[in-house]
Amino acid sequence: MSGDQILSVDRLSMRFGGIVAVNDLSFNAERRKITALIGPNGAGKTTVFNCITGFYKPTSGAIRLTQDDGHLTQLERLNDFRIAKLARVARTFQNIRLFPGMTALENLMVAQHNALMRASGLTFLGLIGAPSWRSAEQAAIDLARTWLDRIGLLDRADDAAGNLPYGDQRRLEIARAMCTQPALLCLDEPAAGLNARESAALSELLLSIRADQGTSILLIEHDMSVVMEISDHVVVMDHGVKIAEGTPREIRDDPKVIAAYLGTDEEEAIAVMESGT
Amino acid sequence: MDYFAQQLINGLVLGSIYGLIAIGYTMVYGIVGMINFAHGDIFMIGGFIALITFLILVSFGLTAIPLILLVVLLVSMAITALYGWTVERIAYRPLRHSFRLAPMLSAIGMSFVLTNFSQVAQGARVKPVPPIITGGHTLHEGAGGFVVQLSNIQIIVVVTTIVLLALFTWLVSSTRLGRDMRACEQDQTMASLLGVDVDRTISMTFVIGAALAAVAGMMYLLYYGLVDFFMGFVAGIKAFTAAVLGGIGSLPGAMLGGLLIGLIETLWSAYFSVEYKDVAAFSILIVVLIFLPTGLLGRPEVEKV
Amino acid sequence: MSAPPAAHTSRAPGAAFILKKALISALVALVLFSLMIGVRTEAGSDGQLTYWTRFGDLAAMVAAVFGGSILIELLRQWWGPVDTARVVPAPVKSALSLAGRMVAPVLLVFTFLVPVLFYDERYILDLAILVLTYVMLGWGLNVVVGLAGLLDLGYVAFYAVGAYSYALLATNFGLSFWVCLPLAGILAAFWGVLLGFPVLRLRGDYLAIVTLAFGEIIRLVIINWQSLTGGPNGVTGIPRPTLFGIPLTPGDDGLAAMLGIEFSPTHRIVFLFYLILALALLTNWVTIRLRRLPIGRAWEALREDEVACRALGINTTTTKLTAFATGAMFGGFAGAFFATRQGFISPESFTFHESALVLAIVVLGGMGSQLGVALAALAMIGGFELFRGLDQYRMLVFGMAMVLLMIWRPRGLIGHRAPTVFLERKQAISSDLVKEGHG
Repeated sequence: MSGDQILSVDRLSMRFGGIVAVNDLSFNAERRKITALIGPNGAGKTTVFNCITGFYKPTSGAIRLTQDDGHLTQLERLNDFRIAKLARVARTFQNIRLFPGMTALENLMVAQHNALMRASGLTFLGLIGAPSWRSAEQAAIDLARTWLDRIGLLDRADDAAGNLPYGDQRRLEIARAMCTQPALLCLDEPAAGLNARESAALSELLLSIRADQGTSILLIEHDMSVVMEISDHVVVMDHGVKIAEGTPREIRDDPKVIAAYLGTDEEEAIAVMESGT
Repeated sequence: MDYFAQQLINGLVLGSIYGLIAIGYTMVYGIVGMINFAHGDIFMIGGFIALITFLILVSFGLTAIPLILLVVLLVSMAITALYGWTVERIAYRPLRHSFRLAPMLSAIGMSFVLTNFSQVAQGARVKPVPPIITGGHTLHEGAGGFVVQLSNIQIIVVVTTIVLLALFTWLVSSTRLGRDMRACEQDQTMASLLGVDVDRTISMTFVIGAALAAVAGMMYLLYYGLVDFFMGFVAGIKAFTAAVLGGIGSLPGAMLGGLLIGLIETLWSAYFSVEYKDVAAFSILIVVLIFLPTGLLGRPEVEKV
Repeated sequence: MSAPPAAHTSRAPGAAFILKKALISALVALVLFSLMIGVRTEAGSDGQLTYWTRFGDLAAMVAAVFGGSILIELLRQWWGPVDTARVVPAPVKSALSLAGRMVAPVLLVFTFLVPVLFYDERYILDLAILVLTYVMLGWGLNVVVGLAGLLDLGYVAFYAVGAYSYALLATNFGLSFWVCLPLAGILAAFWGVLLGFPVLRLRGDYLAIVTLAFGEIIRLVIINWQSLTGGPNGVTGIPRPTLFGIPLTPGDDGLAAMLGIEFSPTHRIVFLFYLILALALLTNWVTIRLRRLPIGRAWEALREDEVACRALGINTTTTKLTAFATGAMFGGFAGAFFATRQGFISPESFTFHESALVLAIVVLGGMGSQLGVALAALAMIGGFELFRGLDQYRMLVFGMAMVLLMIWRPRGLIGHRAPTVFLERKQAISSDLVKEGHG
């Protein structure tokens, strides 16, 4: 597919001892688009995420990120925090990783750590209470406030994150990732455990993020309603390899994909489809 | 060369003692994931119990050395095992589901209790014993007149260690208890759902570790001829270093680590400086944890994100 | 919910159960103590080891265990299991909360007035200085353990570096206390970075034991490097502090002469008191301010979830190093003060027991809480002083106290954390939610 690619995964492989979790995977994510990575459990999707975001070092392959200004970064060689900091890739986790003992507001302030550290003159300006620091801090609080408002948690800004209901925690984690002002947002099963209404709200949030912030989104998801509704492009994995790629429509009708999810082989899937069941 | 050979022998004997203590550390870490800070002091208690039992037996007029050794071995293993059981019951079991820091601080507290208890109960002075087992075998007489000796006590230490190690390996691999221990090491919840008495298994782990430490204490007493209330602290850290060096959670690793630490300490004292030998041991701990955290025989852990 | 507030699942298991439990405890105690207490060994004057029996003591101990076991069972039934939530009536709750907010300012005022109130009681002033020293050490370690969640069991190393820096600089180069104080802090911080750098990717227990090893290495090096540190004999003749150059001596150039008042040795004690108070308050002020700055928030976030921090672009290694270095710096300041107060230092003051004591203070205080740490230091050091006469039992009691503390209140005295920024209202966060960190 032609188009401006923000992320290019090129022949990525990940081995753990004798186990091959990801095998020669290649796909692209387009700028300002939503790309979904789907597949049955154990397909290797989170492993791919961990490679992209630097929590694992790939066994082989390349991952390239191109910023808006054309600057190219090779992600496979970078550390996790450097990818977040320099390449502006943010992520959420399958099992929510908020800071439970800190308030929602504090969570969003931590996200702006790097900008605030610079503004505080590596803490020294902050210690003496310089005006430049004070205004930077206020700007950070304002940014946090807008995001809290956007996800509907403004009235719970001062509550401990660990006390928030599950759906709110998921949205807070996304808002926290957005406070780092990323170019690419990687979401690991953001709709997990959400009911239909919450999933719809999530879809709306992600679409608005794409529209307003222009952030490219890469998401792993099992909830097909969300995938179908918001994805521009879908990549399907099974047992560590890519088995299909295309628009949501194309994927939905692809017998290979159906076979993978049903756990059967392709012929049986085609038979099921043709019988009209 | 002869000097080196002698140091080698000495180092291996010392290493056997460390290895016996290290097994206790590695077993406990494997099954409950905590460093038992009080384990070194259990070793010290074992030494004291052995000492006192010796005195009593000798004062009753017993002279048959093998009988004395056997009785002392059994008594000190039994009583020290009870100490290990009690410590686990009082200080660790209530904290099993508490947060990580709690068992560690509790263990440190227990370590202070045992050290001070020993100091108060038996006095602060070092207790020397006359050599109970004397004599040895000359292995080699060197040209410079240096004699490489293998003393009887050294033989006893090594033989006892080998026997216990064999016994213990059999226990872990072939008995029900051993199986339960390995199950609890991997997944406590599942093990309990399958009918394993987790509390009892963990208790037994501490008991066995304490018993081995008691043997180490008795060997130390025979070999060095003294005990004091503070010997648990340094020996504990060295034994823990041995456990980490060998790969925490691995039993052969603990023994291997113990032998290595014993060798390094002895060779360092012989060729470099005696004063800094403890520094050498501590430095090894740091180096191993930084560069080889899984140890020589351990299994690497991949962090799940 | 119709269950009564403090519901017991089964009332009073019965005297038979309690007796049986006590009997088993007594039996175990009998075996444990049979040889260690029942028999007393001692090395005679000729090196020969002798022993005598103490069956009376043994019987007493076993009886004590029996009785104590009964007592504990009764207490346990009356008090309920460790974690039962207690329903506190509302007016009591608000009164308690008001009292809670008053504690800190009242305590502070009282502390300022201590030299005034107890001017003639040298003993109390010395004790107060000791308490404040440990409060400062506690506040320093609090940055590492309480805020950043890094398990440091070797904090005494920085205390030692600070003390020996001042001692050696002052005795060898004649530098004044006020010049050496920042130097001691910098040296300690430098040492903290040096030690921290290789080990900070270790987790939890491993980090703890490595820091313990470092602490011991420092002590052993101090003992053995005689040419530099004087070895086990320590450093003597450390100069006392001056008020920016004006000595507190009876002579004509002394402060007393300058102020026109009669000289008294108590002046120096009072001066030392306010000095450590100032240092401690500095530590406190810096910590509180740093908590509100990005670096402090990063420390706490590190404690909460290190992986999430890395995902947000935070360099966790430098964050840990700054926590380590800051804590070390305060330890160094405290060490320099210690050297000048005593006039003499030796390696015996810098053992693992000190590290454990300061760590216990931080944990008892409720990690991260400034007031909690101060109260805990007061309780611990004050408690130690009460045991003055029973010196040899001190560590025994301290050890038992640590065990009991962990069982009863592992999260410390202060059960909550105060957020550092808020939109509407500042709500205390219960410590059940706050993570303890894994290093």
